[in-house]
Order: sequence, then C-alpha cells, then structure tokens
Amino acid sequence: MTIVTEKPHAEKVSVKNLKFFYGDSLALKGINLPLYENIVTAFIGPSGCGKSTLLRVLNRMYDLYPKQRAEGEILLDGENVLSPKQDLNLLRAKIGMVFQKPTPFPMSIYDNIAFGVRLYESLSKSELNDRVESALRRAALWEEVKDKLHASGLSLSGGQQQRLCIARTVAVKPEVILLDEPCSALDPISTAKIEELIDELKRDYTIAIVTHSMQQAARVSQYTAFMYLGDLIEFDDTSKIFTAPHDKRTQDYITGRFG
Amino acid sequence: MPEHIVSSFDEDLDELRTRIVEMGGVSEKMLADSTLALVKRDSALAQSVIAADARLDGLQRDIEELAVLTIARRQPMAVDLRELISVIRVAADLERIGDLAKNTSKRVVAISGETQPQKLVIGVQHMSDLVQAQLKDVLDAYVQRDDAQALDVWQRDDRIDALYTSIFRELLTYMMEDPRNITSCTHLLFLAKNIERIGDHTTNIAETVHYLATGVTLSVDRPKGDTSSFTKAPADPSS
Amino acid sequence: MDVAKNPAAYAKRKRASSIAMGLCIAAAGIGLGWLILILGTLLWEGFGGLSVAVFTENTPPPGSQGGLANAIVGSLVMTVLGTLFGTPLGILAGTYMAEYGRYGKLSMVIRFINDILLSAPSIVIGLFVYEIMVARMGHFSAWAGAVALAIIVVPVVVRTTEDMLNLVPNQLREAASALGLPRSVVIRKIAYRAAKAGMVTGVLLAVARISGETAPLLFTALNNQFWSTDLNAPMASLPAVIFQFALSPYKDWQALAWVGALIITFAVLALSITARTLASPRNQK
Repeated sequence: MTIVTEKPHAEKVSVKNLKFFYGDSLALKGINLPLYENIVTAFIGPSGCGKSTLLRVLNRMYDLYPKQRAEGEILLDGENVLSPKQDLNLLRAKIGMVFQKPTPFPMSIYDNIAFGVRLYESLSKSELNDRVESALRRAALWEEVKDKLHASGLSLSGGQQQRLCIARTVAVKPEVILLDEPCSALDPISTAKIEELIDELKRDYTIAIVTHSMQQAARVSQYTAFMYLGDLIEFDDTSKIFTAPHDKRTQDYITGRFG
Repeated sequence: MPEHIVSSFDEDLDELRTRIVEMGGVSEKMLADSTLALVKRDSALAQSVIAADARLDGLQRDIEELAVLTIARRQPMAVDLRELISVIRVAADLERIGDLAKNTSKRVVAISGETQPQKLVIGVQHMSDLVQAQLKDVLDAYVQRDDAQALDVWQRDDRIDALYTSIFRELLTYMMEDPRNITSCTHLLFLAKNIERIGDHTTNIAETVHYLATGVTLSVDRPKGDTSSFTKAPADPSS
Repeated sequence: MDVAKNPAAYAKRKRASSIAMGLCIAAAGIGLGWLILILGTLLWEGFGGLSVAVFTENTPPPGSQGGLANAIVGSLVMTVLGTLFGTPLGILAGTYMAEYGRYGKLSMVIRFINDILLSAPSIVIGLFVYEIMVARMGHFSAWAGAVALAIIVVPVVVRTTEDMLNLVPNQLREAASALGLPRSVVIRKIAYRAAKAGMVTGVLLAVARISGETAPLLFTALNNQFWSTDLNAPMASLPAVIFQFALSPYKDWQALAWVGALIITFAVLALSITARTLASPRNQK
C-alpha cells in the first residue's frame, strides 16, 4: 500500500543545511527539509532531539537569548530568514507560533486578539470587531466567549486559552503557523477541537507541529519528520512513516522500542 | 527486533504468535489427514478432521479478540500495526483452510462406498502434497518474517493451479465416459477444488508475510495456472 | 517505612521532631512577644498625646503646647519627592536588568552594586548627600533630604522590579514576540502588565522604608521648628522631630515624640497592608 502522493504543493519554507548552536553545543546537525504550502508537517522524536529547537529557529525566536546561533539557510518564499538584514518583527508577523502552555496575555479576551492586529494595521472600530470575531470563529471559540469578550483571557479554561492563542495568531494573518506541542496540557476533548482546527487552518496556511503524541502526528499531518539527537532521520509521507518507516530508528521510536 | 519498553505489549504479541503457530499446526494436520482419509478410504480419520475444525474456529476467535484488544490498548504503529493486521488476516486464512479441509473430509465420507478412479485420487493426493509443502513453507516464512520464502510460495502456486486444471479435465472425461462415475467424480472435483483453494489461501498468507516484512502490498498479479474456468468438455470421445 | 519493625527508632524520630517544633514555636513566640510589647507601649504612650492640635499646630518650643503639622507635611513632601525621583530611575534600571541586559555582564555588576546599596547604612547615604549637596550649597535643604531618600528608594525599586519581571514567564514574552511585537511593546504592554502588582508593591515598600528614615535626613534636611514649604531651606520631618524630642528632657516634647512615632507606624502599616493586598493572588490579573 504505497499511497503515491504527487507533490502539487509549493515549497513554502526550505530548510537547508541548518545547524544550530546553544553556546558550544551543536543542537541541530545540518537539517534539510521542506515545509509545503497547505500541508501540515509534524515533527516527532524523543525529548531533546531538536524538534522544538528547529521550530524556534524558523521564526528566529532564539534571537531573544544570547549565545544561540544558527548556520545554514531557511528560505521563506525564497528569502533567507537567517539573514542579519531580516526584520524580526515582520518575520514573526509572517510566521506565527503557538506554544506548549497556553499563554494568554494579562488582558481581556478581546484585547488579546486585537493587540497584535492594532500594531500592524490601523482598522476602524467595526473592522477590528469583525477581525476579532472572525479570528475567534476560526479558532472555534466564538460561541463560547462572545458574551464575555471583555473578561480576562486568564479566566478561560486551558483548552479555551489555547484556542485563544491560536485565534490571536490567526488574527494577524500569518503565512506559516508553528505549533509547539499545542495539546500537551489539554484534555482529549480540547485536543480533538484543536486537531479539528488544525485541519481547518491548513487550507490557508503552512503548518508545522511539534508533538510528543505519535497518534496526533498520524492524525493531523500529511508529512512527518522524525528527529533524533539533532539529526533529521526520516522525512516522508505520514502514512508511510506510521505504517512502514524506512529507518530502523524511526521504527523503534514509533513502536515504543526506544532505548 | 528489540523489545518494547512496555513489556506486556511483547507478551500480547508473543501470545498471538503462539496461537498462530498453533492454528498453523492444526490446519496442516487437518489437510494432511483429510487427504490420507481419501487415499485410505478411512471414514473415521475423516470424521476426526471434521471434529478438529471447531478447535481451529475457537483459536481464530481468540486471536481476533486479542488482536483487537491489543490495537485498542496499545495503538500500535508501523511494524506492530502490520503484525496485528497480519495476525488477523493469517488467522482468517487458516480458519478458511480448516473449513476447506473439513469440507474435503465430508466428501471423503460421502464417497467412501463408491468406486473411485485411483489415478485421479493419486492426482489429488499429489496436489495435496504440493499444497501441504506450500502451507508449511508459508507458515515458516511467517514465523521467520522471511519475505523471500513467502514470495517463493506465492510464485509456486501456479503449479498447483496447473495440476488442478488437468485433474478437472480428466474428471470431465471420466464423467462423460460413464455417467455412473458422476457422483464420485463430482465429489472428487469439489475435493480437488477445495485443495486448490487451500493453495490460494497459502498465497494470501504469503502476501500478508510480504506486507508484514516490507510494509508494501504486493501489487502485481500473481502468476496463475488455473485455466479450468475456461475449460470446456472435450469433444464427444465416441465420435 | 516499617514502623512496626523498629518502633524504637520511630519513637526517637518523633521525639526529635517535637523538640525541634517546640524550639521553633518558642523562638516565634519570643519574637512576637517583643513586637507586641513595643507596639503596646507605642499605643499606650502615643494615644495619650493624640489630639487635633497635633495635626494643626507646629512643633512648639519646650514647655509650651504645640503639634507636629510642620513635621508631617515635611515628611510627606520629602517622601513624595524622594519617591518621584527614585521610582522611575529604579524601574528603568530594573527593566534594563531583567529585559535587555538579563544575561549581560553589566547587569551582574549593577546587581552586585545595587545589593550593596540596598544594605548600606542609611547614615552613609546621608553623609554622601551632605557632601555633594549640603556642603556645596552651603545650607541644609529639603531638596537634599529628598535626594537622600531617593537614593534609598532606587535600590529597593530596582530589586523588586527586576525580580518581578524575572517572574514573568519567558513564554509570555515569546508569545508576544511571536506575534511580531517589538521588544519595547512586549515590555510595556505585556511584561509590565503581568508584573504590575509586584512592582507596585516594591514601590510601596520603598515608600514605607523612607518614611521612617532618620539618619539621612539629619545630614540633609536637618529639621525646622517652623512651618516651611521652601525646598531650599531646612525642613522638618517626623523621624527627625521624634529623634530630637525623644532625646530631650522635656515631658511635652517626649509626649509629642510618642505621637509622631505612632503616626509613622500607622502610615507604614497602612502602606504595607495596601502592598499586601495588591500583591495577593486574587489581584494578579
């Protein structure tokens, strides 16, 4: 059963020979990998394999910290993200990110979403209202919060907070969305809602998700990358990775034989 | 293959493997005994084969339940997933083999009082020997995850098909020569067909082994030697 | 965990535990006892002298009636000025250390010096300001007092600001940065907001501290027996008046000193309660 997938999808992001250093230690050892447009790419691997690091290099989140540096190239629509000339704020507005723990800002639900939008666009009050509503609808949160938009974002449940964070990311209209273990702190129902959301979002965005749940990777992604000790071991169709992986290390990891 | 971190997962898989081997042993013996009963005209032996089928059915139910439970509990991936799917498929094939051997034995009982053309009985026995060898080989291939051996079995089946076609032709000739042969010849025909089908099931198992070992489904057509579907009665021998 | 197997050892552990517990309770009791004694004396002595005149009349010469109005106002003026000078400086420095220079060498140096300043005797600060301001200007002044108080405010605010900003989870900063927000917006709109309660508490604690300081004022604002709002002239303050009156042999002055002490204590208490309330988890929104 080889599902022969042609690749009609454009390469939105190309990672080329990417190396990443925490101080002197090499955390990514030369990664080559594409992210296709309108495709969900999952990153799996044991803790410390570099999958989250890779995600944090894509939007240069590592720039917030000293002694972290990247070598190689990451092309976003052909332009090198790692170039020193890259405007970081513009880059991050284009590559949104959702984190492991829900991180609502200490302000109202409405402001959580409007905050980022106001910075980049000057919208009228009603346009802004529409934008907030559509972002919340996209994140399947609107029905739950429409009557308490001015309550604190922190008053929501964990699953709702995470969807708020996704809505916030979507509201600034990025092109790529990075999800760093977005469901690891959530119950199964909230997880299912987020997965449904990811399915929805891939129509408009390029999505990369780091997850510890193999089942989740199998459910939501079309491509899967298995990383181990800073190396990309295998990158293939998700269907291939989870039924008949090529590399023995991938096999051992996904079948629970590691170590 | 290293062991799972969760050792009870390995225990479940071991249990399933043991049951499959047991099913394989039972089905092999049923096939051998039904053929022996035919050759020796041994109704008692044939009855014992009929009785053995219940055990095979029970084993298959157990395997299926345990496999489903394991899938639900462990959410297997990759080679584990393939193994569980394979276990279910192989168990189903072996169960069918048991059914066919049982049907063969019923026919042996039915024709035990009739005259049987010895030449054809020997032909059927020869075919059964080939199928038994196939079954043994494919079960070995399954246990060893030996893709090459499985492919060998898969390709060898056309010889059985060819043999079946020739038996089919001869039986037609016998029946046309003397209508009194029709009862026993029809039974022999079905009996031969049963054995040929068992051969087909061994190729199914071979395909499963291939999938289990490589993760790829065999997509090319298997070489076929059974042309009996297109065979017509020979022209009237008297003319 | 096998209590049954070795009851003797278990009993020994239990005994040791109760002895330690007893000592802890005794120590806490002694500490609290003294505190109650001090507060009791203060209330007893202070309430006796409390009257409207305390708030309306100026400090009297020995032997006559009077109040503490000039000292209360002087304390308020210098405390407010000291806070106004010190707080922005402290917050900016703390912000630099927690946000921009968190991993830098400069922050380490500042932190070290700040810690020394935090624990420096306030009289040293008084002398310092005396040297750079009073001596050069040729006279004591409220300005000098306010500056001395500001120097005490800065390290407290630096410390609490830095600590509170460090408590803001990095994830929150990352999440804000991930939206493409510039660093300055992330700090002002997200980090400050998340750390607000703690930072306000820090400022209030600094206010509480300087409102009771005597030593730096003695060398800077000195004291003034009369009503004065001239910032270039010496100015009265509650701690300085208490210091002067309490040491005097006059009964009236001693009584007023008790009242002043009571007023400061309650002002500081009120500030502390406000700070606690602001920092309580219920207000951490």
